[in-house]
Amino acid sequence: MSLEDVFRTCAAQRRAALIGYLPAGFPTMPESVELLEAMVRGDGDTPGCDIVEVGLPYSDPVMDGPTIQAASGQALRNGFRVRQLFDAVSAVAAAGAAPVVMSYWNPIHRYGPDAFAGDLRAAGGLGLITPDLIPEEAGEWTAASNRHGLDRIFLVAPSSSERRLALTAEAGSGFLYAASVMGVTGARDSVSGSARDLVRRTREHTSLPIGVGLGVRDAEHAAEVGRFADGVIVGSAFITRAEREGATGAGAFAGELARGLRAEPASTAER
Amino acid sequence: MTVRDPDEANGVGGAHATSGGHDPDEGGHFGPYGGRFMPEALISAQDELAEEYDKARNDPEFVAELDRLLRDYAGRPSPLTEAERFGAHAGGARVLLKREDLNHTGSHKINNVLGQALLVKRMGKRRVIAETGAGQHGVATATACALLDLDCVIYMGATDTERQALNVARMRLLGAEVRPVNTGSATLKDAINEALRDWVTNVADTHYLLGTAAGAHPFPLMVRNLHKVIGQEAREQVLRSTGELPDAVLACVGGGSNAIGVFHGFVDDPGVRLIGMEAGGHGLDSGEHGAALTSGTPGTLHGARSYLLQDEDGQIAEAYSISAGLDYPGVGPEHAWLADSGRAEYRAVTDEEAMEAFKLLSRTEGIIPAIESAHALAGALRLGRELGPDAVLLVNLSGRGDKDMDTAAHYFGLVPEAGITGEDQQ
Repeated sequence: MSLEDVFRTCAAQRRAALIGYLPAGFPTMPESVELLEAMVRGDGDTPGCDIVEVGLPYSDPVMDGPTIQAASGQALRNGFRVRQLFDAVSAVAAAGAAPVVMSYWNPIHRYGPDAFAGDLRAAGGLGLITPDLIPEEAGEWTAASNRHGLDRIFLVAPSSSERRLALTAEAGSGFLYAASVMGVTGARDSVSGSARDLVRRTREHTSLPIGVGLGVRDAEHAAEVGRFADGVIVGSAFITRAEREGATGAGAFAGELARGLRAEPASTAER
Repeated sequence: MTVRDPDEANGVGGAHATSGGHDPDEGGHFGPYGGRFMPEALISAQDELAEEYDKARNDPEFVAELDRLLRDYAGRPSPLTEAERFGAHAGGARVLLKREDLNHTGSHKINNVLGQALLVKRMGKRRVIAETGAGQHGVATATACALLDLDCVIYMGATDTERQALNVARMRLLGAEVRPVNTGSATLKDAINEALRDWVTNVADTHYLLGTAAGAHPFPLMVRNLHKVIGQEAREQVLRSTGELPDAVLACVGGGSNAIGVFHGFVDDPGVRLIGMEAGGHGLDSGEHGAALTSGTPGTLHGARSYLLQDEDGQIAEAYSISAGLDYPGVGPEHAWLADSGRAEYRAVTDEEAMEAFKLLSRTEGIIPAIESAHALAGALRLGRELGPDAVLLVNLSGRGDKDMDTAAHYFGLVPEAGITGEDQQ
């Protein structure tokens, strides 16, 4: 299975892919595995996430809002080590979803990009999302990811120029991560119009699928974003639900989000 | 290395114009260091900044306005003071102090903030954010924003707002909003994280006025150029007063802005040793220090690749120093390059050595230095003893010690038990 296959399957079902995010080791390593499995399983009625972004907890997460900062901090305080990331990735793969990792660059640089790529691939990982690595600085990662057959998922933002959209689309593979608003991660009350605009602008430069993240709070938001994006990324809201209701809650939330994406009448005009 | 900066002869203004062989490549790389390890959302702003800065530094009107402010407002050129009695303790070496402590707001920081604040006006932005550790950069930024009528928000670790309560009051008096940061270790690096989060949210109308020669391109280049005036003045002053170039130039290095500024006056003089003094804290073996170059490893932090303090997983370590301004786990990328290339040397000075030098300068010269600058003075004491009485040492006295009186009073037991801070009464 590749990321491309996942998006193709979802498109055939005339829906956007559900992409969930959770930091590995949150709140502890065993509990994070349970949560990730529940996010994939869904709630019994509806299967959950098609793709799961396993977050690598980091001491200095500058792109993250309070929810993910706190969750990452908790994982680190509970002793999370980078090598445990791959167990979480394996768990997602075993549960039947497509695992990717989201990580700031320094821990990967420290681990060694080639060793990291090899271990990620061996664990069943399909790609890496790099919130602070732009294509111009990604030479080492491009070589490592090519060698080990991993997708490179870069971010585009409302502030990205046409030139940068083209450059980023060209350098990326698997899908493009569109940051819906200018800001950090975190659930928001509404999904900004800038997301729709960014997806429209990005499509002019690429045929890669586009996932929209930042601010998606609930099934209603997810459905709204699913009308114009190929993937809907939900992170902070999963953490909040998991904190309140544990794995059962995470599974139930995944089911709600997935139903939101399926219930919508497909308006392929926008997609 | 022998090519002279063609602008050097132009006085203060020359510092801002395009310089010769020491600029990074177009992507901001100094060898393998620097670059832009930043969220895509901020890249457009960095591009705009790089472009505007490039135009500004070649615009005679901008350069003249900055020169006017540096002269009439900040008080440049800062004097060079020979420290004879202090030098007697440094193996009898001639010790020359570049008096950045006499600038308005009490440190070299004003050089950078005036330049960047003028740039903010030029870009048509209204809001300035900045980080601060000890409060020196925060105070300087608040000062420039008051002068140029800009909205100002300062992020400061909650630990530091407590340690430096007077500077918080100072910034507020100058009209800035001070936001204490409680995330992470609640110190300088977390204040930078929080400022970056603000910037990515408000970048359309906001400039991040970074306080040191670190961060993503163009900050290391721009901040360095704005501080080059220190080295250019000092070179001329040393030549005038001694008839020769110094044997070594010493400066403290946290992020490294004062050091890179003074070093650049001499970087093309191969006979002049450039020596950066890092915060050795409780000693390198204790693990409690801020010596990224002396005992760190390469990595990426706050937008650039450089040396940093990190664990084996690449998690950033907490730095420690008695001096809040050196309490930072990273260092500017050009220093990493100067260290690797061997052009500059870096050494660590412990809290204890720095505090001895702090007291010694106070007693021998009647100058109370910033504890940051006292690290450079401690380096001069050590080097002078190594080189002997023929040596000429230039020390960049980057700031004054008023802000450190509370720390010093406690360190040396200069106040009674129920002393000058609230902490003592608890």
